[in-house]
Parts: sequence; structure tokens; C-alpha cells
Amino acid sequence: MRFRIFRYDPDKDEKPAMRDYDVALDPHDRMLLDALVRIKEQDDSLSLRRSCREGVCGSDAMNINGKNGLACITKLSDLKEPVELRPLPGLPVIRDLIVDMTQFFKQYHSIKPYLINEDPPPEKERLQSPEEREELDGLYECILCACCSTSCPSFWWNPDKFVGPAGLLQAYRFIADSRDQATAARLDDLEDPYRLFRCHTIMNCVDACPKNLNPTRAIGKIKELMVKRSV
Amino acid sequence: MAVAKRSFDAVVVGAGGAGLRAALQLSEAGLSVAVLSKVFPTRSHTVAAQGGIGAALGNMGEDSWLWHMYDTVKGSDWLGDQDAIEFMVREAPKLVYELEHFGMPFDRNENGTVYQRPFGGHSQNFGERPVQRSCCAADRTGHAMLHTLYQRNVRARTQFFVEWMALDLISDASGQVLGVTALEMETGEVMILHARATLFATGGAGRIFSSTTNAFICTGDGLGMAARAGIPLEDMEFWQFHPTGVAGAGVLITEGVRGEGGYLLNKAGERFMERYAPNLKDLASRDVVSRAMATEIKEGRGAGPHGDYLLLKLDHLGPEVIEKRLPGIREIAKKFADVDPVKDPIPVVPTVHYMMGGIPTNYRGEVVVPRGSDAEATVPGFYAAGECACASVHGANRLGTNSLTDLLVFGKAAADSIVRFLQENPERKDLPKDAAERTRARLARLDGQKNGESVAEVGMEIRRTMQAHCGVFRFPDMLAKGVKKIREIADRATRTQVKDKSRVFNTARIEALELDNLVDSARASMVSAEARKESRGAHDRADHQARDDANWLKHTLWYKDGDRLEYKPVHMKPLTARTIEPKVRTY
Repeated sequence: MRFRIFRYDPDKDEKPAMRDYDVALDPHDRMLLDALVRIKEQDDSLSLRRSCREGVCGSDAMNINGKNGLACITKLSDLKEPVELRPLPGLPVIRDLIVDMTQFFKQYHSIKPYLINEDPPPEKERLQSPEEREELDGLYECILCACCSTSCPSFWWNPDKFVGPAGLLQAYRFIADSRDQATAARLDDLEDPYRLFRCHTIMNCVDACPKNLNPTRAIGKIKELMVKRSV
Repeated sequence: MAVAKRSFDAVVVGAGGAGLRAALQLSEAGLSVAVLSKVFPTRSHTVAAQGGIGAALGNMGEDSWLWHMYDTVKGSDWLGDQDAIEFMVREAPKLVYELEHFGMPFDRNENGTVYQRPFGGHSQNFGERPVQRSCCAADRTGHAMLHTLYQRNVRARTQFFVEWMALDLISDASGQVLGVTALEMETGEVMILHARATLFATGGAGRIFSSTTNAFICTGDGLGMAARAGIPLEDMEFWQFHPTGVAGAGVLITEGVRGEGGYLLNKAGERFMERYAPNLKDLASRDVVSRAMATEIKEGRGAGPHGDYLLLKLDHLGPEVIEKRLPGIREIAKKFADVDPVKDPIPVVPTVHYMMGGIPTNYRGEVVVPRGSDAEATVPGFYAAGECACASVHGANRLGTNSLTDLLVFGKAAADSIVRFLQENPERKDLPKDAAERTRARLARLDGQKNGESVAEVGMEIRRTMQAHCGVFRFPDMLAKGVKKIREIADRATRTQVKDKSRVFNTARIEALELDNLVDSARASMVSAEARKESRGAHDRADHQARDDANWLKHTLWYKDGDRLEYKPVHMKPLTARTIEPKVRTY
């Protein structure tokens, strides 16, 4: 199977280049990550992140034939040859398919991604009805792979000011949690021309999410809550 | 090689469940803590845990920590230390409630309490009937727990060293541990992290087998570092084969599927577990179910064109239950087995999943080694928790859900011990002059190697050898050959070569350094397995089919130096409860 892979090692390369690989696959090689592991057996200098190989750790996000996705759950049989692989767009490249995710995590951290509840905790669990808990479905499952944020033009232009779809999805995850008491402060924090309102509902994030989550809907809900409290 | 140095009160190596729970405790105690991780914390392998956290909350019906203790001791085939087990099951409910207070998105009952599902080997009233004890968030409990713990650490402003790989343990002439050397992956720089206390929470070594549910990062790094520093490894012959890995792919399908009512079929459509475990059936202990499956396959009752897998049926649960309780499983089955479990059964095989052994500790998370007449002398400044540690709560076979319980309970316990140790030992001991010598020598050897072998090739040999010689069923001749082979591979591993010479994010170099740890983990496992002449829990020997309490009710200790083995007694005395005396184990 044929691949064209973005290669750049700042230690020796002046500029990036695409390199071609033709690799013989084993019948058991099912996913793109299997093929990348094989390529690495031939050329150990190919650098990428990977860990769980089942789509839950979020390590091996990359741009696959022009679309962001996880190598470990992208079937080889679905890919057009030569398979063109590039690092996630919009973030600085460290080497080959590895990007610097500092800015992405900075935005995630900026939304205070933890439950805020100042009441003294009860002796047992805080009660939450199954319906209240259901509000978190489609939100808490995010794996922080950055496929969404790095497919978002608004995040490309303003990665330092726009929270981005991943961060906003998590902001809503805590707003939606019946146990969280900081909704007002969370909304105040996002009521800003950049942090939330750079989202122009382009919806690339929805298309890119390998877990089928919907950041655009979460962003819409945050906007609704802002409108509601202003009237 | 000039090596930069930084000093901390405590260094935590690993940011999975145990590392993060410990880090939180240490940060909140106001200590200066460095948490090192090869991957961004939420990418640690805890993220892949699915089924739940074992704790006797009693939300679904009567439950008691005494029953949880009994189940765990019996599950361990009496090799678990009963003091550590009592400690774990009594702490568990508190730590689950705490996790809920941290924001963990547990599934809920109508009355608002945490939903609990049945799980293998967990029972009411000392083995009478299944109990619902597994606290879960759909089939993504590990993900939910790891993210919650990370989030809580963000709140506590824990200092992370992300994509740093610890390379070697530093100790002084007295044996006191004083930190680690570590490699910053992005720059290739090596640094000494000088610490008054060092906690290993480095996870397992499941990557020594070819068919494994474990992530690429599970390379036994803590085990290798400990073994190179002369610390023994305990009970490494005990490897859990999870009954339901996706055939061919190895990806985990949670036991929660059977907890929710799914069951296994052979090619004749027979629910064969009824023959092997008439009472708990598909919810017997994992070692029992995996052996039954391997027997079905061996005796020609496996399904599929080659008769090499079995079928996990869950379509009768209905799409609503599957979508609500097991959505991740459906996703995995579709992606990795081309099967929609709402309609068709999932092809599954026993797959390596968990390492019961590890770095020997007591129930406080302190690393203990034999010294003089003391079988369990603490190593000052050194702690371990989670899968890399052997407390031992899992003995010869771990019960499902007890791994997440272990991470929470012993992550916190180890941190509490560190806080006490630092209060009692306020002075900082100096580093020895040769603190980075072992690391320097390893890197110099690797960088200077000419005409060496490829790391991938040697790694493959380890996995093939472990799989063929140290599987579900073990045979004396195969084990003896396995020991010979693993020693040869260990020798080859000293001559590996990396072509990539870049300083920047050199993953080839990382894999070569991981190989050293894989080799030690595999050697410890094979040598310990060859020596144990009985069948107990996950260790099943063709030539010694019965458990032999008279000779083998004891823990193995493997030392890297000369593959030396020692043994130490099992703690049969709980902290307060009555001893659960060994008896025949049936489900």
C-alpha cells in the first residue's frame, strides 16, 4: 500500500518534505496505525504518537487524506492511495506527525475543567437523577485528541484567544452538570468576542470528531443560556 | 555527559489512575511534586478500563466489605495478602464517593445513587449469588475516572512533566531512593530529578505478549528500573488473560457485557460456562473463564473457520440496554470485528490483560524487600502503587473492577505514606556522585552501537516467546525452553541499534529504552513461572494440576542478578477480620 507522509526533523532538515512509502501489509493489518507501525519497522525515524490503539486515548490524531482523524480507528480499506498523512493543521510541528499541543491544552485548562461545588461534600454520593446524568452524555466522552479544534478555521486564526470546540464542549460539560455551581461564572468567562463568539458554526468540528461528539451543539447551548440570562 | 538537576519533595512516575490520585494528595498537602509521564496524563492506559470500580456501596441490594474481601481472597486463589485486601475493600467506598464529589460522571439509579453492575467473581454472602458491586460510567469507567482525576489535579495546580520518560532509579549506598533520571522526549535532554520520596505508578508490562489488550506504552518501565536497581519483582508468573479480547485485534470487551447479561457460546451454540462454573457461570473469575474457553478451543468446539475463537452473545439485551450501558463496546465491535452486537455475537479469545505481580509493597504503598531476617524491610524513600506494584491484593488472579479500586486506594495510601515520611525525615540527602551513571552507560551503549539488531525484531521475539511458552496453559518443557530463549533474547537486547540519531522526539530511541524494561519483565515472568510447580489462579501447569498450599502458598521474589528466586510468606492475617482459610475454589 502506498503512503505519502509529511516528514520534518528540525535537527537535520531545513524544511519539511513529503516522503513516499510503499509497504507490504499483513492480512491482519486493519487500521492505519497498523500500517504506520510497519513503516516504522522499515524506517525507525518516522515519529508519531500512539498508545491505546483503540480510539480512547487520543494520541494518534493526524490529518489523513485531508481530514483529521485517529490512525488507530481509521480502516485502511476506506483510504484512497497514496494515503497522504500530515500533522494536525494549525499547531506548530515538533517533528513529522507530532505537533506541539501546548496551545490546545492551555485553552482546555482555561475553562476550569473541573467540577465546582463549594458545599461540604455529603458522607455518600451527591444525588443526581438518571435524566440529569444523561445531560452529560455526548460531552464527557471527549478524548482531547484535538481533531476538532485543529479543523476549525477560527481556532487556526486565533488559537490564543478562541477556546476552540474541544474546550467549549468541556465548558458545557460542567455547565450541564447538575452538581456544578459555577454556571454564572463560567458564562461570564466565555462572554467575550473571542473566547466563545469566534465560533461561526462552520461545523468542521462535528465532521472531524472521531467519537461522534457535537461541539457545535454544545456551543449553541452555551449561547442559548447567555441569551436566556440577559432577558 | 553533564546532567542538569532539579529537586522536589516528591517525584511521581506515571500519571494513570494511581499516579494522579497520589499526585492530588501530595499537591493538596502543599508539597513540591513533579509528575512524570511518557504521555499526556489522559492518554495513560487507565483510560481504557471499561467495566467499573469495585466497592461495596450496597446501592443495588445488600452488600458488605466482608463479602468483597472474601471474593477478592478467593479470586486471588489465596495468594493475596489478607491485610492489604481488607485495607482495600474497606477504603474503597470512601474513595468512590470522593471520586463522585470530584465530578466523576457515574451512571445513576432512579433514586440518584451511583448505579452498580454485576461483575465476575463478586458475590453476596460469601459466594452465594452474584452481587451488583461495580460502580460504572457506561463502559467508559476508566476514561471517566482518569479525566476526573486529571481535572482535579488541574484544580490543585499539580506540576506535570509531560512526555518525559523516567530511565533509572537513583539510590545511595545505604539503599535509600533519591529520585530518577529522566529523558525529555521533545529535546532528548536527560535530567536528574532529585527527590526526597519517589513513587512509581508506571503501570503494567502487557506488551511482553503478542496478544494483549494493553496499550503500546505498557512496557514495564517501573519494573525494569526497579530490577536494574536490585529491587526484586514479586509474583511475576501471574498474568491475567481476559476472557474477552476481540479475536485477532486484542482490543478489550468488558466483562460488564456478561455483567449486564451477555454470555459465551461455543460453535454448537452451547452456553459452555454452565459446565465449568454451574453457580456463577459466565461471571466466574477470569482465570476460570479463560481456561474454559481455551479448553473449548483446544477440544475443537471453537467457532469460526479455524475454530479459534468463541462467541459473546448480547443481542438479547436489546438495543436500549446496549446503547445505554455498553455503547463503547458496540463501537469497538463494529470497528474491530465488523459485527454489530445488537444483531450478532462478537468473536472473542482470552487475551493478556493484567499483571498481578510487580514491585513488592505493603498495604501502605511502601516498597519492601528482604533484608537480614526481615522479609519485608521498607526501602526508604521508595513507593509503588497500581499495576506496577504488588501489595498484593490480586494474588494469583485479579477480580474485574478491583484494578481501578487498587489505583485509587493505593495511590492515596502511598501518598499518605510519603507525607508522613517527609514529615519525619525533613532533611534532604545528597545525591551519590554516580547518580546518572547507569543511565549514561545505557545511552552511550545505544548511541555507539554498530552492526546491532533492530529493536522491533527483538521486541517481536519477546512477544512471540512469551505467548508460546507462557500462555493460559503452561507445560514444563515449554517453560524450560522459554527460560533459555528469554535469556538469549535478553542478551540480544544488549546489542540493539537505532538508526535515528535525532535529538528531537526520537521515538526509536524511546522504544529501545523501553525494550530494556520489556526484557526484564519477560525474564522475571518466565523464570518465576518455570519455578512454580503448582497450578494456582492464572498459573496453570500441565504437570502440577492442583494448587499446593503445603509447598507453594508463598510469594515469588525474582532478582535480576543471576535470575535468583526467593520466596516470602503470604499474609494470611487480615487487619481486623478473621482469616479466610484456604479451601477448594469453585464458582
